[in-house]
Amino acid sequence: MSEVRYTDQHEWVRIDGDEATVGITKYAAEQLGDVVYVELPEAGRKVGQGGEAAVVESVKAASEVYAPVGGEVSAANDALSAEPARVNADPEGDGWFFKLKGLNRSEFAKLMTRAQYDEFVKGL
Amino acid sequence: MRYLPLTPDDRKAMLAKIGARDIDALFRDVPKSAVVSRAAFDLPDTKGELDVERALSHMAAKNVAAGSVPFFCGAGAYRHHVPAAVDHLIQRSEFLTSYTPYQPEIAQGTLQYLFEFQTQVALITGMEVANASLYDGSTATLEAVLMAQRITRRPKAILSGGLHPHYAETVETVAGLSGTVRRAPVTPGKAEDIASLIDDQTACVVVQSPDVFGLIRDLKPVADAAHAKGALLIAVVTEIVSLGLLEPPGAQGADIVAAEGQSIGVGLNFGGPYVGLFATREKFVRQMPGRLSGETVDAAGKRGYVLTLSTREQHIRREKATSNICTNSGLCCLAFTIHLSLLGEEGFTRLARLNHARASRLADRLTKVKGVSLVTPNFFNEFTIGMPRDAQGVADALADRGIVAGVRASRLMPHEPAVKNMLIVAATETNTDEDIDAFGKALAEVLS
Amino acid sequence: MTLNTQGRPSAAGTAEIRELPTISGDRGLDHEEPLIFELGRKGVTGVDLPETQVSQDRLGGQKRKAPIGLPGLSEPEVIRHYVRLSRMNYAIDSGLYPLGSCTMKHNPRLNEKMARLPGFADVHPLQPQKTIQGALELISELMRWLTVLTGMPAVAMSPKAGAHGELCGMLTIRAALEARGDRRKRVLVPSSAHGTNPATAAMAGFTVDEVPPKGDGHVDDEALKAKLGPDVAAIMLTNPNTCGLFEPHIKEMADAVHKAGGYFYCDGANFNAIAGRVRPGDLGVDAMHINLHKTFSTPHGGGGPGAGPVVLSKALAPFAPLPLLVHDEKGFRLIEDRGDLPEGAKPFGRMCAFHGQMGMFVRALAYMLSHGADGIRQASEDAVLSANYILASLKDVMSAPFGEGPCMHEALFDDTFLEETGVTTLDFAKAMIDEGYHPMTMYFPLVVHGAMLIEPTESESKESLDRFIHVLRTMAEEAKAGRTARFEGAPHLAPRRRLDETRAARAPVLRWKPKGLPHAAE
Repeated sequence: MSEVRYTDQHEWVRIDGDEATVGITKYAAEQLGDVVYVELPEAGRKVGQGGEAAVVESVKAASEVYAPVGGEVSAANDALSAEPARVNADPEGDGWFFKLKGLNRSEFAKLMTRAQYDEFVKGL
Repeated sequence: MRYLPLTPDDRKAMLAKIGARDIDALFRDVPKSAVVSRAAFDLPDTKGELDVERALSHMAAKNVAAGSVPFFCGAGAYRHHVPAAVDHLIQRSEFLTSYTPYQPEIAQGTLQYLFEFQTQVALITGMEVANASLYDGSTATLEAVLMAQRITRRPKAILSGGLHPHYAETVETVAGLSGTVRRAPVTPGKAEDIASLIDDQTACVVVQSPDVFGLIRDLKPVADAAHAKGALLIAVVTEIVSLGLLEPPGAQGADIVAAEGQSIGVGLNFGGPYVGLFATREKFVRQMPGRLSGETVDAAGKRGYVLTLSTREQHIRREKATSNICTNSGLCCLAFTIHLSLLGEEGFTRLARLNHARASRLADRLTKVKGVSLVTPNFFNEFTIGMPRDAQGVADALADRGIVAGVRASRLMPHEPAVKNMLIVAATETNTDEDIDAFGKALAEVLS
Repeated sequence: MTLNTQGRPSAAGTAEIRELPTISGDRGLDHEEPLIFELGRKGVTGVDLPETQVSQDRLGGQKRKAPIGLPGLSEPEVIRHYVRLSRMNYAIDSGLYPLGSCTMKHNPRLNEKMARLPGFADVHPLQPQKTIQGALELISELMRWLTVLTGMPAVAMSPKAGAHGELCGMLTIRAALEARGDRRKRVLVPSSAHGTNPATAAMAGFTVDEVPPKGDGHVDDEALKAKLGPDVAAIMLTNPNTCGLFEPHIKEMADAVHKAGGYFYCDGANFNAIAGRVRPGDLGVDAMHINLHKTFSTPHGGGGPGAGPVVLSKALAPFAPLPLLVHDEKGFRLIEDRGDLPEGAKPFGRMCAFHGQMGMFVRALAYMLSHGADGIRQASEDAVLSANYILASLKDVMSAPFGEGPCMHEALFDDTFLEETGVTTLDFAKAMIDEGYHPMTMYFPLVVHGAMLIEPTESESKESLDRFIHVLRTMAEEAKAGRTARFEGAPHLAPRRRLDETRAARAPVLRWKPKGLPHAAE
């Protein structure tokens, strides 16, 4: 059974078993506009919670994507390199960025739930 | 003042509209203590065109223009003939007085010539992509080193002893802050053993060809040695005309080419403005510094060009940008592009052959002078001669005889005793047989 | 009387004005122009050079093996190509160019003529120094003007543009700190700064700490002072700032950073508002670059070249980079090496090959001599007056985020007045193109929503300003009245409609390739 949580930097993270999948939220993708480039971390890289893990670019902006939880990168969504538009088309599904292993569950528990995140976005 | 259209009446009416008593009211935020009067500046008042022209012409007349004497200076800047059409075209208002093409709908002229410039630079260097210019060859070399440090995440740059010393100092000044810069020994007329200096901390090896002495380097073995250790090869070219006759760096394994484009279209200008050429492989394009013009289409489906991949640049990426560069060498790119378009394949290669032939003739003539030896066995349009005496005295004596004979190596490398008697000499299509003969005769006199 | 027997009408006629599709694809004076690579042929050249046979070359076996692939064209073809391209550009010579922060003022042609005198244009940077005394005299004279106008004791001439000057200034500061054994790393930069400021600080090895703005468009001087400490190397402030305002607390901020042991770098991009009236040296500035291509009107040339000399305070002057220029009884002399330094000089290194942007120096000095100190002061005042006139004339229909003014040399508006119109800052700016104007600077500074920054400069007549104001007023009224057709997808009348920047960035095509060669994706 998987569970999804959100950060105030507009990343989502879903845990399936011992692996976490990370992407940016639909709200973030809309704010960015057309995504033209995604820089992904290589497998094996260790990132701490809140550490810079990827970069997502539109024509006029470049944004860091932070790791919602710490861990070791186990996979990156290479399909985004060829087709960055996937981030706009399906940000919270097909447009995922990378996966992490070696997680700290307590970090995950402190993140926002969907309802909390929606409330957070409303306040922006 | 002829450049200021507002009349005293206009100014009064405008102040009234603003509701300000006088102009001082508009400078309200300036601390009173910081406002100074006209008298604070010990500088003259407005002058008419004639007076300004007189004052500046007077200064210009105190210089020996290269075209007025037999002239053989090179070492990073070369005197070439620039067709009249080049200067005419770059003075068109629409090129001269436009800004960076941030509004592509009304800047296609600039964007298209930049795209043409990028293509020309990529073609002549044998590389996949080129940017829309940097300031000059030396700063392009520095940017290449910083880019190699980013790509490899390694600190060390190794500079060939044949790299122009001003370029080496420019690199050391900045790349030495975050990494280390090591200079290989200076070996005039020979290639140093640079491969043995490369280790697993080496980001890049920087080799100039033809080097500062004029020697043509074989880049292939250096590229292989660098790549074997995971380092990049940066090829530096200060005389871009050489690529009309020489194997391009791209064909020899260079990963980045940093070059000075001054020889084509720009002129000597006492050192600037020049135009930095910067080319690399497509896979490194997002680590590149500087502006890029890219092809796209407009809303009506017509082909057009825009500045692209701007997220690398300072106005978007700020402290994470690939470089702080903003202003580039726009108009010099245009001069380069027009001159190279006029030359075409046939003219450019012919120009290169002509330069090599001129330099060969000069080398033959000078080495006939007793005591003069050729230091650089292989060269393009520039070579180094060894003499039995200090080159400074020789160059001064030749200048007194009305011949600007070249650049003494000791001016560039004052701490290399081995180069004290060496003179770096260039010949281009602008040098006549008479120039060459006058140089040979005068040198014989001075050395006798 | 003489009859017109040809039946040839000479009046303009009453034919309906409509968009005619043309056979050629060109439209009157507007030509579509292919790339130069699509025009040329083999065996043609625009330069006649003698053929030389290189029978015994001395190229050491490094002779080029493959052709380059350059097209061949005759001179008339090349001239027509570039003339046609030029006609697709907007230029200051053809219209008001209100780009805030960029200073698109008139470029006098005398300056072009002077820069082309063979005694300046046709001299080599490494000629024997006794053959270039006039060139060194010109640089020395320009240095005098720059130091007198800024009230600073020294100037480094070699930086090749504003950002290069910033780097020079920050490296000077770094050297001064290191000389006293201080390894401070933090540099305070306002969030309203030009992007070059943080990028430069990072390039010089510093870390960037952002200072927030106050609600009135000024830097928050209290927040800045609170951030000062023993690890702060410098503050980088633009003054007048990027909102077009003079920082009233500039001297206090300078004093505070000095007290904390740091230096004050001033971005001099907006010096043109105060030149001849205010000396940065009196404000506590330690280093400031001067964009000769802005304040002193060397042409922008479609993006360059520029020049960015850096004036330095007494504390920083010894660390100025090589080369140095000295004047003694023997004349002018360039010092290019550390072995030959005047007393007290401790140069941090070298910014570039040779001695700087001579071509720009000649133009800038011609501008200065033409204006004189009185003309420079008048130019600054006229620039400020014109910006305030625009602000005063538009603030009731557009929205000025920082109130009634006065401003300095540029007038800042935000997009509040476009709320609920469906028109964005981008639409508004692009619609100006159809009206024959270059848009103002948009979306900068970043501290204002939908920013529109207008810098008219001193080069416009009152009639020109009035016409511009009339057009912008009417556009703002139209937008508010819901008549928005002119804004949708504007421009409609330019050589190109809006261009697809997303496509350009997703699959970059950065050069022409012969047909049949694929554009390799990354």
